[in-house]
Amino acid sequence: MAKKVLVFAEARDNELRNVSFEAIGAGKEIAAGGEVIAVVVGENVSSLTDPLFHYGADRVIKVEDQKLKNYTSDGYGQAFLQIVDSVDPDAILMPHTSIGKDLAPRLASKLDAGLVSDATGIELDGEEVIFTRPIYSGKAFEKKKVKEGIILATIRPNNIDALEIDESRSGEVFEESVNIKDLRTIVKEVVRKSTSGVDLSEAKVIVAGGRGVKSEEGFEPLQELADLLGAAVGASRGACDADYCDYSLQIGQTGKVVTPDLYIACGISGAIQHLAGMSNSKVIVAINKDPEASIFSVADYGIVGDLFEVVPLLTEEFKKVLQTN
Amino acid sequence: MNIYVIMKRTFDTEEKIVIENGKISEEGVEFIINPYDEYAIEEAIQLRDDHGGEVTVVSIGDEDVEKELRTALAMGADKAVLINNEDLDESDQYTTTALLAAYFEDKEYDIILGGNVSNDNSTGQVGPRLAEKLGIAYVTTITKLDIDGTTATMERDVEGDMEIVEAQLPLLVTAQQGLNEPRYPSLPGIMKAKKKPLEEIDYDDLDVEDDEIEAKTETIERYLPPKKEAGKVLEGELGDQVEELVKLLRQEAKVI
Ligand SMILES: Cc1cc2nc3c(=O)[nH]c(=O)nc-3n(C[C@H](O)[C@H](O)[C@H](O)COP(=O)(O)OP(=O)(O)OC[C@H]3O[C@@H](n4cnc5c(N)ncnc54)[C@H](O)[C@@H]3O)c2cc1C
Ligand SMILES: Cc1cc2nc3c(=O)[nH]c(=O)nc-3n(C[C@H](O)[C@H](O)[C@H](O)COP(=O)(O)OP(=O)(O)OC[C@H]3O[C@@H](n4cnc5c(N)ncnc54)[C@H](O)[C@@H]3O)c2cc1C
Repeated sequence: MAKKVLVFAEARDNELRNVSFEAIGAGKEIAAGGEVIAVVVGENVSSLTDPLFHYGADRVIKVEDQKLKNYTSDGYGQAFLQIVDSVDPDAILMPHTSIGKDLAPRLASKLDAGLVSDATGIELDGEEVIFTRPIYSGKAFEKKKVKEGIILATIRPNNIDALEIDESRSGEVFEESVNIKDLRTIVKEVVRKSTSGVDLSEAKVIVAGGRGVKSEEGFEPLQELADLLGAAVGASRGACDADYCDYSLQIGQTGKVVTPDLYIACGISGAIQHLAGMSNSKVIVAINKDPEASIFSVADYGIVGDLFEVVPLLTEEFKKVLQTN
Repeated sequence: MNIYVIMKRTFDTEEKIVIENGKISEEGVEFIINPYDEYAIEEAIQLRDDHGGEVTVVSIGDEDVEKELRTALAMGADKAVLINNEDLDESDQYTTTALLAAYFEDKEYDIILGGNVSNDNSTGQVGPRLAEKLGIAYVTTITKLDIDGTTATMERDVEGDMEIVEAQLPLLVTAQQGLNEPRYPSLPGIMKAKKKPLEEIDYDDLDVEDDEIEAKTETIERYLPPKKEAGKVLEGELGDQVEELVKLLRQEAKVI
């Protein structure tokens, strides 16, 4: 049976995140011919509605309110609940991002509902929606469903395909006003630490450096390669602890979990806590001078060598072949 | 101050995963306090030392959790509570939250600390779900906490960026790496822990009906990821290796 699916479209720096489009794609699958309604909330989000149609939303609800300028679980929670009340969806999808992780459980609790967190796959079995999700830091997987009632899930970036963009698609934007009462948490300040450019958790290619990079300057050749490939730069905790880079770049159990198409690990030994954050990447390249390093055991391709020689050569080689194309 | 910590016992991060009869095998597995919950316990102890009061660590699980609860007591917590769920046939984050909420119903608390996520099921649901059930505010993934009177000021990690957030007690917070350096239990701490109160409650004895704790989700299957074939370590002149790698990435892996 066709379902009505509500998708939370998340924006960052007034730009929709790619995972929002992936969530719409997931919503389309679950809707099975039903309706996908995207909701976008913030202080000023009018410019964000068109792309939601281009990526497949059937209907868009926008909620603008000064109190929604910064994310707070109270503000967004109240706004979202009112939308859920008026739409009465069969399923709700959110990105598995800082916001989605914070907000979805609250909503699930309020609705007395089941929530599948961090889904990396979706399949339909008759009426049932079955989600795949990693457990034990990606060392195993489980298939899970919500037994009955409204289905809630958060979607891990980079795993579920968005629909092909179709700029001819459009639809009606509904504006909803919400009544947001006292916010119990107040955001005093947001300190940006992550470098501008490609968002690490959504990047298709990541060039990551470890303690082997040896200094802050040591990251420069990695950045050059990343710039050329349109990639994001990431790091191991070893590199962060040694102050070669900011903790916002950390990948792993306690840092970000990433699943890019290509992960290039430079001077990273491959500790289990690092693997927890990147081992589900589609293709892994390891560059390490120690042939025994455990990173090679998860790598698809490895080069044993000095990263300060290998990485610049790699950049040169990519320049050559990318230019001739 | 009445300080509570919710703590989960989890697999040691280093453990290999074995699946037997569709379940994750626990045979021979080393268990630990969920790493993020260690930060929560440490922060709770520091809060008590600064503001006075008492730290109670609460965990849902089977009898074996006593070991991790004793460790928490040895670190410096004052009391421990084990809510025994051995006789439960099924459970998920909804169930766990409902049991915790039933426990907290008649308690007075200023702050509840937890981890931001467990290292096994890793949903991060329990903290926010519980706060919502108790009707209190919550702040997740905190890396700094200061309390002045009834006002808590926190730094929280938001995908690498930092937010400074203020909230009033009572409050639930979840810990992120960077909050503190958890202490190791000292020998005198371990001795003292043996005499500290550890209360065991059967989940049945909580004021909660069966249909209020019935899991909302169901696990259909658990499996290991397909074994990765051994990767290709390239050989030959470095220049040739690099050339081959680029070719492989473009033609074989097709990722560039
Ligand atoms: C609770 C907990 C949580 C943790 N969370 C994380 C996490 O989220 N993320 C994370 O990454 N770690 C995490 N760690 C730390 C983890 O255990 C490792 O210590 C860390 O990943 C090591 O970083 P590294 O690989 O950069 O450093 P090292 O292990 O020191 O490895 C450096 C590597 O660089 C190689 N190398 C050196 N020079 C060169 C060169 N010139 N060219 C090529 N290769 C070179 C060396 O051969 C070596 O393999 C955590 C640890 C704990 C206990
Ligand atoms: C018989 C049985 C069957 C189960 N079946 C399932 C199942 O099908 N699916 C499933 O997901 N889980 C199942 N569980 C496990 C259990 O329900 C979950 O692990 C639990 O709900 C915590 O979820 P989480 O690991 O996602 O914690 P998270 O929400 O990631 O944990 C975040 C924080 O919440 C707190 N917390 C979490 N768990 C506890 C706890 N037990 N006690 C105190 N504080 C806690 C900690 O501070 C932790 O850091 C089962 C358990 C039993 C006993």
